[in-house]
Amino acid sequence: MEADVHNTNAPVENGSLAPVDRLRHERSDSPTPGLVEGTEPGAGQDSAMFVHAQSFEDLTADDGEQEQELSEEGTDGTLETQEQESGESRDGGGESGEAQDTQAEEEQEDEEAQSSGGRDKEEDVTSEAWRRHRKHVFVLSEAGKPIYSRYGTEEALSSTMGVMMALVSFVEAEKNVIRSIHAEDYKVVFLRKSPLVLVGVSRTRQSERELTRELLYIYYQIISLLTLTQLNHIFQHKQNYDLRRLLAGSEHLTDNLLRLLDRDPGLLLSAVTCLPLPSSSRDVISSSLQAAKAKSLVFSILLAGNRLVTLVRKKDQFLHHMDLHLLFNLVGSSSSFREGEGWTPICLPKFNTAGFFHAHISYLEPASDLCLILVSTDREDFFNLSDCKRRFLERLRRRSAYQALQEALRTPSYSVSQVGIAELRHFVYKSKSSGLYTSPEIPIPYQSEEEQERLMGLYQYLHSCMHHPTRPLRSIYRCGERENLLAWVTSGFELYLCFSPLGTKEQAMAAISKLLKWIRKEEDRLFILSPQTY
Amino acid sequence: MAERRGKGAGEARSDPRGKSGMLRVKMVLLGSSGVGKSSLALRFSKDDFKDSAPTVGCAYLTQLVCLHDATLRFEIWDTAGQEKYHSVTPLYYRGAQAALIVYDISNRESFMRAQLWLKELEKQYVPGETVVGLVANKSDLSSSRQVSLQEGRSLAENKGLLFMETSAKSGNQVSELLLDIAHRVKLSSREDKGLAEWREADCVDMHREGRPRPLSSCCLTIGL
Ligand SMILES: Nc1nc2c(ncn2[C@@H]2O[C@H](COP(=O)(O)OP(=O)(O)OP(=O)(O)O)[C@@H](O)[C@H]2O)c(=O)[nH]1
Ligand SMILES: [Mg+2]
Repeated sequence: MEADVHNTNAPVENGSLAPVDRLRHERSDSPTPGLVEGTEPGAGQDSAMFVHAQSFEDLTADDGEQEQELSEEGTDGTLETQEQESGESRDGGGESGEAQDTQAEEEQEDEEAQSSGGRDKEEDVTSEAWRRHRKHVFVLSEAGKPIYSRYGTEEALSSTMGVMMALVSFVEAEKNVIRSIHAEDYKVVFLRKSPLVLVGVSRTRQSERELTRELLYIYYQIISLLTLTQLNHIFQHKQNYDLRRLLAGSEHLTDNLLRLLDRDPGLLLSAVTCLPLPSSSRDVISSSLQAAKAKSLVFSILLAGNRLVTLVRKKDQFLHHMDLHLLFNLVGSSSSFREGEGWTPICLPKFNTAGFFHAHISYLEPASDLCLILVSTDREDFFNLSDCKRRFLERLRRRSAYQALQEALRTPSYSVSQVGIAELRHFVYKSKSSGLYTSPEIPIPYQSEEEQERLMGLYQYLHSCMHHPTRPLRSIYRCGERENLLAWVTSGFELYLCFSPLGTKEQAMAAISKLLKWIRKEEDRLFILSPQTY
Repeated sequence: MAERRGKGAGEARSDPRGKSGMLRVKMVLLGSSGVGKSSLALRFSKDDFKDSAPTVGCAYLTQLVCLHDATLRFEIWDTAGQEKYHSVTPLYYRGAQAALIVYDISNRESFMRAQLWLKELEKQYVPGETVVGLVANKSDLSSSRQVSLQEGRSLAENKGLLFMETSAKSGNQVSELLLDIAHRVKLSSREDKGLAEWREADCVDMHREGRPRPLSSCCLTIGL
């Protein structure tokens, strides 16, 4: 295996960085890899749709995970601990620097998701098979009570979780925080988010930081159902509370989120993908949605399966991509919105961990993939929102955009062959300023579930190299037996490419500008270039 | 079906009688998770049965019921039985003309919960203004029955509630239930003073002992 990496400090190879002061609408016809943020293909024209920040680094920065580690020898691994920062805020309520973007892709949806009884929980937790799962996730209370386990019942695992809590407390007694344990072929990662403790046990090649970020998603998933305020309140009054009571019936949301984390490049990249749609149609849809507003409305989101069709937001209010991913997960893992109109309290933790929004969730037609989410601040406003939906549909039909939308739904993705680059099998391109990404459909060699997860695993690995906390990279090329990989990150975009093993490095490098040109040509269709507000 | 309501959602609330004599009926479904509220609602609105997922928050559906002399537009609030959503349920039963408390005959616990729901509801409703029904669902599961027909019925009689054993799965007694509710709601909302005694006799009086006699003789249609 050959590895070829460029450090961030290395000089940028091409000298064609676009001038920083260039006007955003002056879009280049031949984008080059060095384009600065805001001018890369897929960059929005005006304001961004999502909470804006520059990077993945900002996203993980809120965990109170700042460096300075003390190392301690574990029995058969390294125990990394971190000095506890006194007075740090753990509740995520007051973070300042957030990251951008949004959501989801792939095709899990309904399959298993559904009924609370449908989980295969009866696994023998002492079996080898249980041990061999790639990634375990456990959630427990500070009293050591089990709250969630990805595999096996919480009851069967209560002593295991007790041990985990003992470990956490033991280290904390020394005014330290346990962050991870590294053993030969697995990592154990701890995330302390009072009043919860989350533990991940992984055999994947993901970095500790990526695993921590996944645990953070699980934590926010729980907050989205209960709010942090309620959670704190409960545990203040009863330390020993069995939180499974309140989470009953929602385990499948966490299960599904973990599946998305394994398969969906959006969650990895902190980005969302869009339904390919001619920009003229998208603009009509956006403006129809914009016109169907109500006083209490904060966000209007139209989804096609797990792709974004459009998002309209209240002026000055930004949605965080994590919150959008949680909404996608809620809609994608519950068929209950298929009948009638849903009306549910939901906390968007990156927006505010203290309170509930109220979401009107409904499909445009009973068997359709088009789901409209109207997020309101007023729990009494159901009929107004229901009326917004009606008005939106009316407009859409009148302006025949509905037909264009139906048409687009028939080809929700595209084949990599359309790009016309030899040996290119698959890629993921994210525009940093818009927080949107595009990716062709998964090609034949990766269509099975295992292969798809393996491909995602490769991207995850590349991603963690590019975003290494102390040695971030600008590009990496890796030859393997089954595929060659290239990752390229600039201030404007992130690009991950997968080639057949027959390709050469020269071909791969040449593919970048060719692909960027193609994306530039298609950006009207693949991205949301003119986001709307009301 | 389920045509959207016109403008100003709020305004008709105070006057349940819309134009052309259509009566808007707010009905709420209450009960533990998994007893079959959403399945009943799907039967009411589409006469269909699918394996359903737990409701998130609440689902709103509408269904027209045509009686021989009036059309009722049921606005059904199918609440989530999961405990985490309990704090929002008062939103849905407040001002409801009809409330169905549902339990699962094969699950004793759900019957106990039904009684708690009833208590909570009793704090809220004005006697004579809300038609309350106790619904024993999953009657097709009689082999694993944990709550006898008699138990359910006597609870309902004590409290003066409408009672029905239904199966959302087979559809048994579901349309009868909705019709029964429709009749009672219609009677209790009758403003015609001349029919006051009628009202005395036929509407659900929460304080009266005994089950009101069934109203199934007129020819009725459900749906559109
Ligand atoms: N055998 C049988 N099963 C039923 C019947 N009604 C519902 N079910 C099943 O019971 C389960 C729960 O039904 P739901 O309608 O989702 O229950 P719910 O009361 O809406 O539950 P929540 O939304 O969580 O409050 C589903 O698997 C249904 O298929 C019935 O009459 N007979
Ligand atoms: Mg339900």
